[in-house]
Formats: sequence, C-alpha cells, structure tokens
Amino acid sequence: MEELAARIDGLSHRYPEQDDGQWALADVALRVREGVITGLAGPDGAGKTTLMRIMAGLLRPTAGKVDVVGLDPVRRAAVLHARVGYMPQKFGLYEDLTVMENLVLYADLRGVVGAERATQFERLLDFTGLRPFMGRLGGNLSGGMKQKLGLACTLVGKPELLLLDEPGVGVDPISRRDLWGMVQSLAEGGMAVVWATAYLDEAERCDALCLMNDGRVIFSGKPEEQRERMRGRCVHVRNIPGNRRHFLRRALGDERVVDGVIQGENVRLVLKEGVGQLDGRLLATAPGAEIVFVEPRLEDAFIDMVGGGPDGRSVLAETMPAVRVGDGVDVDAVISAHELTRKFGDFTAADHVTFNVREGEIFGLLGPNGAGKSTTFRMMCGLLRPTSGEAHVMGIDLKRSAGRARQKLGYMAQKFSLYGNLNVERNLKFFSGIYGLKGQVLEDKMARMLDSFGLDRYRRTVAGELPLGFKQRLALACALMHEPPLLFLDEPTSGVDPVTRREFWMHINALVDKGVTVMVTTHFMDEAEYCDRIALIYRGRMIATGPPDELKRQAADGDLAVPTFEEAFIRLIHRDDMARKSAGGESA
Amino acid sequence: MTRARPKKTGFSLRRACALCLKEMRQILRDPTSLLISIVLPVGLLFIFGFGISLDTNRLSMGIVMEDHGAEAIRFAAAAGGSPYINPVFADTVDEVKDDLKLARLRGVIVIPEDFTAKVLAGRGNATIQVLSDGSEPNTANFVYAYAHGLFESWLADRADALGMSMEGPVTLEPRYWFNPTTISRNYLIPGSISVVMTIIGALLTSLVVAREWERGTMEALLATPVTKTELMLSKALPYYVLAMVATTICVLIAIFIMDVPFRGSIPALLLTSTLFLCSSLGLGLLLSTLTRNQFNAAFAALNAAFLPSILLSGLIFEIASMPVVIQAVTYLIPARYFVKILQTLFQAGDLGAILLPNMVFLVLSATFWFGLTAAKTRRRLDG
Repeated sequence: MEELAARIDGLSHRYPEQDDGQWALADVALRVREGVITGLAGPDGAGKTTLMRIMAGLLRPTAGKVDVVGLDPVRRAAVLHARVGYMPQKFGLYEDLTVMENLVLYADLRGVVGAERATQFERLLDFTGLRPFMGRLGGNLSGGMKQKLGLACTLVGKPELLLLDEPGVGVDPISRRDLWGMVQSLAEGGMAVVWATAYLDEAERCDALCLMNDGRVIFSGKPEEQRERMRGRCVHVRNIPGNRRHFLRRALGDERVVDGVIQGENVRLVLKEGVGQLDGRLLATAPGAEIVFVEPRLEDAFIDMVGGGPDGRSVLAETMPAVRVGDGVDVDAVISAHELTRKFGDFTAADHVTFNVREGEIFGLLGPNGAGKSTTFRMMCGLLRPTSGEAHVMGIDLKRSAGRARQKLGYMAQKFSLYGNLNVERNLKFFSGIYGLKGQVLEDKMARMLDSFGLDRYRRTVAGELPLGFKQRLALACALMHEPPLLFLDEPTSGVDPVTRREFWMHINALVDKGVTVMVTTHFMDEAEYCDRIALIYRGRMIATGPPDELKRQAADGDLAVPTFEEAFIRLIHRDDMARKSAGGESA
Repeated sequence: MTRARPKKTGFSLRRACALCLKEMRQILRDPTSLLISIVLPVGLLFIFGFGISLDTNRLSMGIVMEDHGAEAIRFAAAAGGSPYINPVFADTVDEVKDDLKLARLRGVIVIPEDFTAKVLAGRGNATIQVLSDGSEPNTANFVYAYAHGLFESWLADRADALGMSMEGPVTLEPRYWFNPTTISRNYLIPGSISVVMTIIGALLTSLVVAREWERGTMEALLATPVTKTELMLSKALPYYVLAMVATTICVLIAIFIMDVPFRGSIPALLLTSTLFLCSSLGLGLLLSTLTRNQFNAAFAALNAAFLPSILLSGLIFEIASMPVVIQAVTYLIPARYFVKILQTLFQAGDLGAILLPNMVFLVLSATFWFGLTAAKTRRRLDG
C-alpha cells in the first residue's frame, strides 16, 4: 500500500490583514502520495502558495486538519523542517554566495556533515549539472541554473517531501524540461513531490492532480480522468476560408460551443457535452472547412468546469471606431525594426533584429526570459535608445521623435501598470490626460469605455481592489483611450487564469478587426498561437520568423511530425545552439 | 512511516556558525554594506570634525559709521582689533542692509552721527544700535555678545587714553575645564561615534534583514531547522564585529588625525560601546522584523534611530535647553547615554560617577529592544 506524505482535510485559511472576508483557502482536501508528482494547479491567487506554506509549517491555518509526514506542521514545526524540503517561488538563493557556498550553507543548516555531505554533494552536482559552475556566484547564473541550484539546496538532507512552488516560472522551456526530468526521477526514487504551477500544460504531466480555483479544489484525481471526460468534445477546424478570427467569434456565439481558441491557422473548439458532431449553421459559414477530433487538454477540462469561456462578443470593439493608418504610411511596415541592436556594456541584449509588421496584424515576440524580447520591445516603444539600427512606427523614426511616435501607440505594461490606489475613473482620466484628451471629448470617451467594458459599476472602486478580469479590462481601456492605431502588449496575460486570458484575446481579436495593429511579447506558448506571425528571439538574435504553423513545420522532422508549439520552440532553439557551437568551433 | 530521524530541535552551534559565516561573506562582497559601514562613518567623522564647528569665530559684522568723530573712530578701532569679528565698514545703513538680508553679514553695529558729540557731552545718553538676524537666534546672540564685547573694549581703550583706570572691583576670568580651549570638535567627534554606531547597528542591520525578506531567502531559511535564536544571533554578531571595526577606525582617526584627546581607558570604551551596540542592533532587528521591506526599514531606522541620535542625544543641541516634553523623550534614546559616556571618556577619563548610571540605562535599553525583537520574531510567516 502506498504511503501518504501529506493528508489534509477541511483546511481553510484567511489572512487576518485581509478584511474583505475573502478565504484564501476554503475547505481544501489533499492527499500527497510517495513516489509520484502531485500537481497543484490553478491561476494566480487560487491559493497554491498559501497551501504550500501551510504544508511547510510557515503559516498557521485558520481551520482544518493538516498532517505532513506524520506531523502537525504548527506544533511540530521544528521536526517538520528537517524532513520537508520547500522551495519558495521567489527563490531563496544567496546571489552573493557561490554555488558551493550556497550548498554548504544549506548542508550546515540541515545537519548534513562529514562523509554524508561529500556523497550527497557528489550526487547533487552530477544530478543538476552544476559541477562546472561550483565557484560561480549565484547571481551570475542563468534563470534555469538558479532554479537547479535552488532545487539542489532544497534536496540537501534528503527530504521525504519536496514542495516546489512554481519552479517553472522565469525559466526557459529547455531548463524547464530538464527540471521536470530531475524531479520526475526523484519521484521515481520514492520521494513525495508537490509541484505547484499556473501552467495547465505543466500540470497535465503530473501523476496526480489537485486543480484549484478561488481557494477551492475543483478537481482532485488523475489528469487523464479529466482528459478522458473531454474526449470526443475537442475539435480542430482546419482550412477555414476567410478570416479565422471571424469564424471563432461566430463559433463562440454558438450555444453548442463551450470554448474556442485560435491555434495558428486553425481554430480549436470545445463542444458541449452530448453535442457529438458539429454541423449545420456554423459550418455553413465556412464552406470547405474540415473538422478533426483532437486530443483533449487539461485546459479544456478546466474551462468546462468553470462554466465555459466568454461568448466572443467584444462590446468594446463594437463601439470603437475603425482606425486607419494615415496616408503615406507603408501598410506592410506600420511597425518596422531594421538591424536593431542594443548593447549593455559587453553584453549584446538585442543583436541586429529586423522585422516588419503589417497593418491589422498580430505580431508576437516570443522567447525565454532574458532572451532580449523586452529590450527589443522597449526600443520599439522609444523607451530605450538603440546602440545601432533603426526603429519606425507609422513611418516615424523613434530615434528622432519618440514622443510623436508614442502618441500613435497604446501600451499595456506587464502586470497591468495601473495606479492601485486611484479609482477606475481617475485611472482612465490620468492616462487620457497623458495623451492630451480633455473636456467633452474625454467625458464622451470615458463614458463609452466604462459602458463597453462593463466597468460602470466599478467607477469609484480603487483599481487595486478590482477582480483580476476587471483590472485587465481597465488596463486595456487605459491603453485605448486615445484610440491608437497600434497596440503594444508586454506579457499581457502571464499568470492570468485561462478564462480571463480568453476574454482578453477576444477583445484583441475584435480590435484587430477594426484595423488596430498589435505587437505582443510573450513567453507563453498558448499566447503565441494567437499571433499571425512570430519572431522567435533567443540570446539576443531573431532565430526564426513566420506564422506559428510555419514555425512548427520548420521544426518538424522524422521523429516528430506534428510538434506542439512548445516542442517546436525547443527544437528551434536547440538547432540554433548547435549551429552556434559548430560556427564557434570553426572560427576557433 | 517509521524512518529514524534525530529530533534535535534546540540551539545548534554549527547552524549559528554557518549563518554567521554566510553573513560575513555577504558583508565583504557587498560594496554597499562596506560603503555604509566604513566609508560613510569616516566621511561623517570628517564632516563633524572639520565641517561643523559650533564656535563662531570671526563673525562678519558691518560697522556703520554715520559719525566720524574721535570716539567713533576709537570704537571702530576696537572692532578692527577684535579676534572674533571680521568688520566691514560702511557709511550708511543702506549700504549694508542687503548684505544682512543675504546673511553675508551676521549683524550690524550702527554708530549714529551724534555719537561723539553725546559722549563728549558726558551726559551718558550716547547710544549705538545693534542689528542682527533674528531668524537665526543662536547667531543673533553671538552678535549681541560680540557687540557688547566691543563696547567693553572701547570703554577700556578710552579709559586708557584718558589716563583713568577702569578696573572694577571684580574681574571675571573664565577657565574651561576638560576642554580648556573650548574647541567644539573635542566634544563633537566623540559624540559622533555614537552616530556611526547607530548607522551600522540600526540602519545596516535593518536593511540586511529586510533584504532577506524581499529576496525570498528568509522564507527558504525559515523552512530549514534554523531556530529563532540562531537567526537573531547570526544577524547581531557579524554586525557587532563590523560596528566595532568601524568604531575602532573612527576612534583612531579622532585621536591621531584630529588630535582629539582621549583620557579614558580602552576597556571602558569597549564595554560601553558593546552595551550601546546591543540597543542599536536590537532596534535595527526589530524594525526590519516589523517592516520586511528595505525601503520602509531604512525610513523607520532613519527616524527612529539615526535622527534622534543626532538631534536628541545632546550631541549638537543641549538637552537642558530643550522643552520639558522633549527632554523626557530623550530618556528613551540610547544615544543620549552613550554620547554622555563618550564625551566623558574622551575629555575627562573613566569617571565612574558619570559612566555607571549611564551604563545602567544602556543595559536597560538593550534588554528592552532585544526583548521586544525576540518577542516579535516569528518562526513562521504569519504573526
């Protein structure tokens, strides 16, 4: 019989400093078995970290029964700490200590000394591949390496239960895959592992799953059960004649469709239970389209469980007038970068990046953290001066008149940069003021924004207290007040739950219909699928560019005929690494 | 599950040493901590030593000579010969009014046109006018005092010239003990060492603990078997050593470069410094434990430790001349006792009568701050 490393029942938690009566955890039950990876999945704010901290003995729960490795985490915390390894999300690595010094510190703290230490270090250094970097300062490691060192420090002392809080965040897909492999082998060795994640594709790979939303467990079991439940309900609509975004909107308006997203050239739909086959009205609008049943994903099940995605209509876009680029602007290059290079000292963050974005296109800059996409993005907004090369938006040179160029673009920064202590109305007024809107024009536009985004009832609510979805709407509204022909989005939906993310893209799709051109940075594979074209940025250079499906085809080979976007991404990066290595070898 | 596990949960010397070693490495590798602990204090010492002087020697004063008679000239001569003032002569008040306004002159003495005439008439109704800038009361007092001095020396000169003796029945001959030349540097520098210790003890300590919270390293530490005592010790001990090093440097600079006399003993200095540092470290730890954020911790340390150590310690402003309420507040400021101790050690020597009572207060204050920190430090993330 399998042993339980943690048994939690009826667990509820409320933070005393939060006076809105919100429960961070409500009646949570969880079983963590030895020898498997238990996925703790859910969007930001679902309660994952709170649950992890309670299991690690770092928070006293408000109510409920918690048993971790046979101990009460509150009363027996001291013993528990020696037997449970916890890797927090903001990882506890000392950047000014070397890899070895970090390891030695944790070994001392966990009482691993003498010969035992030597053998454990040997094993961990091999395991993590950190041996060549033993003398390097923690701060000088890449994101992936830091995470591996964090894991190594947590593993010193051979914990019985390993708690990993979003270890995949901020890590490039290759390191993420390595990390997963490492944890997998630990689980196979008998360790109990809890892996918290906001990515449902990551959760899908876990042996056991606890799916959370709003502090509650909405599913607990094997991921396959959920996928099985959705079997026969997920379809790909291929060869869609005409605009696939229009088709998606019509499909979402159909009552038989629960959810739909764009995947490259195709549209992926989830059907209502018992619908069976999609036919009739909807397909009549897309003659020649082909319907193929596809493998269900965990995300499909999640959307289904929380009651389906948005219906596809964007009131915002319906009320917004169509925008047109002015005369004399090249419609094939409303945004253009030419040999754009930015150096920070010896480090080249962006290396001769060249691309053109057509009018009404969604163009994505995709790449792992630290690849140079943010640097490129900032140069395109005129926030950072290029070392060499040129950037134009709407034919305006950003080097010469960044101010005039910025008037043409709406900018939505990462994590919705709103003023948290100003109310909705004031946020809108402030951002409009920046773009020179005032008087009756401002009043009219504001009324329309508030109305079309459904923000009317939140007029006087401070932005910091808005529900996530409304925060996102407000951020978008702020960026759109001056009706810009270009919209720049920086990691617009990272950490956002899948439903809110769909709603966001529904607005973006509708805006594109009105002629708005969108440039977006992302490290999210799902998000990349929404783009018309993608530039893959890796180590400062653009290593591939084209429509998502084209990139997938480029990556495909004998072993893998139809790669997922993530697989394609990893392959293209890998090929680039190989090419650079052999080029380096030749020149040396 | 029946895996045999040692259940050692008490204090572990190995863990404490590991944490202290880690802290020491961080101090040595982080340029900002060295900047705050060595460069800033030495800079501060030089500012206190050479920049700030509470002696107002050579005050610039305007002498307006509306009268050019013999007595007026004699008065002007007295002004010219004074070692305390730097006279600027003028014929009308208008000429110097702007200079007074712009504080190029600290005060103006006006000798009216009928001065000589009235003096010679001998009816005792001759007047001089003294103008000073009331917005700086301290300087205004000096102006008044110097003007008075000029008046006295003019009287003496006049008596001398007339062949009369001005000797009164009593002559006041002040002698300043302990600081015979009343050089303010000699009491400012020793006192400023307490400021240096406050910077390291409270400001630096509060920053480093808050930094651990911000970077998430504290959460990782708390998830290991570390105990509260080990954690507090690892934050207090390395910074104690660092502060003592900085203090030693400051004392050496004070004695050998700035020629401040040191009349006490080294053991007394070490002992009292240790006591003061305990309060300071305790306060710093408490602030960072409460704020968990570098910006807030620094701001709190600035207001709760750094500013009081300068303003309310008696270092610059005499406590006896503060309003009663403020005087009462100063009893809560550990720097108050330490400044007194330092000034005594440097200028007077090991005077038990002054040192002991102040040391008792330092012990009480150290116990208070450390006790409060211990009570507020949690092994968990919540309260």
